[in-house]
Formats: sequence, C-alpha cells, structure tokens
Amino acid sequence: MAEAAFAASVLPNRSSPAADSPARRMLRRVVRRKSAVLGLLVIALFVALALLAPLVSPYVPTAQDWSAVRKAPSAVHWFGTDDVGRDILSRVIYGARASLLAGVVSVAIAIAFGVPFGIMAGYLGGFFDALISRITDAMLACPFLILAIALAAFLGPSLTNAMIAIGITTTPIFVRLTRAQVMAVKVEDYVEAARAVGNPHWRIALVHILPNVLPTLIVQATLAIAAAIIAEAALSFLGLGQQPPAPSWGSMLNSAQRFLVNEPWMAVWPGLAIFLTVLSFNLVGDGLRDALDPRER
Amino acid sequence: MLTFLGHRLVQLVPTLFFVSVIIFSLQQLLPGDPALVMAGEERDPAVLEQIRRQYHLDQPRPVQYVYWVKGVLTGNLGESMRIKQPVLDLILEKLPVTIQLATMAILIALLIGVSAGIVSAVKKDTVWDYGANAFALWGISTPNFWLGIMLIFLFSVKLGWLPASGYVRLSEDWRASLIATIMPAFVLGNAIAAILMRHTRSAMLQVLESDYVRTARAKGLLERTVILKHAMRNALTPVVTLGALEFGTLLSGAVLTEQIFSIPGFGKLIVDAVFNRDYAVVQGVVLVTATTYVVLNLIADVTYILINPRLRS
Repeated sequence: MAEAAFAASVLPNRSSPAADSPARRMLRRVVRRKSAVLGLLVIALFVALALLAPLVSPYVPTAQDWSAVRKAPSAVHWFGTDDVGRDILSRVIYGARASLLAGVVSVAIAIAFGVPFGIMAGYLGGFFDALISRITDAMLACPFLILAIALAAFLGPSLTNAMIAIGITTTPIFVRLTRAQVMAVKVEDYVEAARAVGNPHWRIALVHILPNVLPTLIVQATLAIAAAIIAEAALSFLGLGQQPPAPSWGSMLNSAQRFLVNEPWMAVWPGLAIFLTVLSFNLVGDGLRDALDPRER
Repeated sequence: MLTFLGHRLVQLVPTLFFVSVIIFSLQQLLPGDPALVMAGEERDPAVLEQIRRQYHLDQPRPVQYVYWVKGVLTGNLGESMRIKQPVLDLILEKLPVTIQLATMAILIALLIGVSAGIVSAVKKDTVWDYGANAFALWGISTPNFWLGIMLIFLFSVKLGWLPASGYVRLSEDWRASLIATIMPAFVLGNAIAAILMRHTRSAMLQVLESDYVRTARAKGLLERTVILKHAMRNALTPVVTLGALEFGTLLSGAVLTEQIFSIPGFGKLIVDAVFNRDYAVVQGVVLVTATTYVVLNLIADVTYILINPRLRS
C-alpha cells in the first residue's frame, strides 16, 4: 500500500501522458493570453468568410449595378457600393480569399525552400553554409517590397506571380532563422547521442533537430503571414497582384483613392479588413512567441 | 578594429556578387525573347538584331553577365527605354527627393518610437505601457498605403490643413517643402516608430535591471537622472544603429508612399518603370537600393563598435 502511494507521488501520471506534453503546455499558455485568443477568433472569422463567401455574401462581387453607383452604406448595401455599382461588402468578403490565400501560399513557398536550406546550412556548416549565408545576405539586402515588385514585374502581374514573388522574398528570413536554430540545437546532448548510436545525417536532421526548431518556425510563420498579406495588398494596390475585376483588398483601395473626396467608405472597409487580419496574425504571433519564451513561464 | 573592418569588407565581396547575380537574373525571368520585350511595338528583324547585339543578348548568359557587371562597375546601369536617359542619371535625379522623405521619416520614427519605448519601459505594466504597446501593434499592422489615404481624407479633404499630394524642393521653398512632405513622412515613419518602440522598450527594461543602474539609484540620484543619463545612453546604442538597418523598410515604404502622395522620388521611379516595362530602370533601382543597404549595414556595424567601448578592444 505504502509502495503504491510512493510510486503515485514520484512517478509521472501514465494515464494521461498528453496532458503534460510540451505542445499542450504551449497551447495552454497561448490560450491564457486573451489578445492571442481574440486574434485567433478574428482569423477564424475571416477564414470562414473566405470559405463560405458564395453563401454569406449578399451580392455577386463582380456584378455591376449602374443604378447603384457609389452609394453610401445603407440597409441594402451595408458597406456601400463602388464606382461601378458593385457591393463593397461582397467584394470585401471575396477579397479575403485572395489575401488569406496569398498569405498562406507565399509563406508555404518560403518555408518549403527556406527550411531545408537553413537546416543544411546549419547542420553541414563549412563551405555550403558560407555559400547559403552569402546568398541569403544578398537577398536580404534587396528591400522586401522592392524585390517583390521587381519580381512581380518581370514575372507579369497576377495573383499567382505575386504569391511567388512574396514567397521568394520571404525565403531568406526562414533560411537565416532555421540555420541559427539548427546551429544552437545540433550541439545538444540528445543530438550527440543520436549521432553516437549511428543515425544517418538525414534522420538526425529530420527526426531529432527539426521538431525542436519547429516552434520558433511556427511563430515566424504566423508573423510572416501578416507581412505577406500586407505585401499582397501592396502589390495589388500597385496593380501587380490580383487583376480586376476579381476582388482584392489592395486593388479596392487603389480604385477608392480616386473617389476619396465624396465616397470615403470605398477606402475605409478594405483597409479595415487588411488591418484587422494583419493585426490578428500579429496578436497570435506575439502570443505564441511569449508562450515559447522561457522567461514568461 | 581594423581587422574587423577588413573582415567585414571581405565579406561584402561575395554578398555584392550574389546581389549582382540576383539582379541580373531578374532579366532572365522575362518570358520569351528579351529583345522583343525591349523593342516594344517594333517588330523589324533588323532592329531586333541590333538590340540583341547592343545588349549582348546574342552571347551566352555568363558573357552577358560579365558585360553587365562591367557596365555597372563603370557607372553604366543601362539606358531607360522610355525616357532615353541613362538609368544612373535618373536615379541620381530622384534620389534626393527620397532621401529628404526618408530622413524626415526616420526623425519622426526616432522621436515617437524612442520616447514611447522609454515611457513604456519606465512605466512598465501601467496604462502608459499598455498604450505604447497598443501603438506599436497598430503601427506594425496598419498598411501605410491605407494610413496615407485616411490621413489625406482627414487633413486634406476634411480639414484642409495639408496638401493631398505634390512635392516642393527644399532649395526652392523650405517651408512649403516641409508642409508637403510632413504627412508622407509620418506615414512612412509610422511602422518604423513601432519597431523602434519595441526595441527601445526591451533594451531599456534590460538596462534598468542592471547593476550600475541599481548603484546609481542607491547613490540617491534623481530617477530622471538615472533614466536619462545612465540608462538611456546605453539602451539607445543598439536602437540608433537599428535605425540604419530599417533603411530597407523605409525604401519599401517609400514606393507606396510616393505613389499615394505623387512624390517624384525613387519609389515612384520604380513603379513607373514597372508599368512602362522599363526593365533597365527596375534593375538599376534594385541594385542601388541593395548596395546602399549593404554599405549602411557596414556603417551600422562599425558605428556600433565605435560607440560601444567594450567592443572596441
């Protein structure tokens, strides 16, 4: 009896091993942050709107109504109408698709290229590391949006090319971050142990190192999505992203600029949508970062 | 110090080499025959042949690259196809406008960002701290082109206090120049102010916990003296050098800000070049910004060492 009580007091609770897993603990810390939860809720709302756009938007986003040109917000058109009578609320809802898609796809491109190169540079070191690092330095030397504009210009204006351009310009950030994290992790005892028992390099990198750098990458990815959404809106604002008449928050702001004096609502809603989405991703990113910070525990 | 400088200069060579490769490669992304793109409406085979010869497009890629680098090293960044003017001259003509805008923006950013960061750190966990953090989050999340449009609506359309667009050279009328650029400079500096605020806050919090600040307080010095004389000087060292590194953000922001406020600077030059398919200008602008960024990075590193006595030895 006494033995059982002793075992229960010193041994971990095997009945619920997941209850104390690092991922669970991190999730609990994130959930405790109200701002991060609020950010998650707003993101969920925009994702739902983007997915259910045909069901929830009151009008077809490209349908023009010449009898309702530049109408102020009303019960019929909650966010008003634009210069060719299109419903702004419907265009904001459909615009979420372009922005969220651009944010996620361009960051996925950056991760797909940046993380493997970062792991190889950090793990292998030597000449390969020096080569990757200098290329990364060179890419980071070109200002993000200027390089994205140049790439989008040479590739041709379209949402796909804008996503590729943003993805390429975001890649060096992930290379540098992954490399630094891998260099810190690869000297840990458990990596040494994995090497000592004869694991091949690819297995050490993928099974023992990658899971330990993943939390930092998730934080960076969240913040990078926020930056990518702004970049897509900027490229669309300049006419290098989503092409009209397809709705995009950036291109909506571009056309709204011409009617600012008498129809300011045309500029308010798409801008507010960009701001709220980016703010939400930043709140979640900050929350995740704080949750991972050992000083905050 | 000299060893460090030499080491950094040597590091610059491969970085600049790869910068040149990236910018040269941009041209290779053009779909189809670049000579056809350069010729525009012209379809005469003789003209196309002449373009190919002039720009060495009939040579293998590595040879084309060598010709291009040779040109760049001698100050020849090519010629604008639209304006028929050397790209370097165009850039030198537009650069002072953007430098004025960027300088004003960085001053505004330092003023707002550093003050907010100090107040936030000193008044940690008070309403001031929360307010400053909310400002930083707002600054980072607000697209500057939307902020620009909203400020034009408020200060130009509604209140009529500031011009909505346009630019006056400092040398022509400094007062009118400042009035014309204050709103775009604020728009441009806003995001950087937010970044500087976060860095200042974190650096100040670190310094305020250090032993020498505790000693200064123990000596009975006024809190104001401790913060302004002892803590701030050390906390601001990395922040000031960070200003140089935000140059890239400034130039990226300038592209949109100049577009919104119709300021004929560097940013507007690249956007106009993009829409006129003036690829030599696009390449030239990217090259000049990247090189300037690399050089400023070096200056920031050296300055950091110069003003930090512990690193000098």
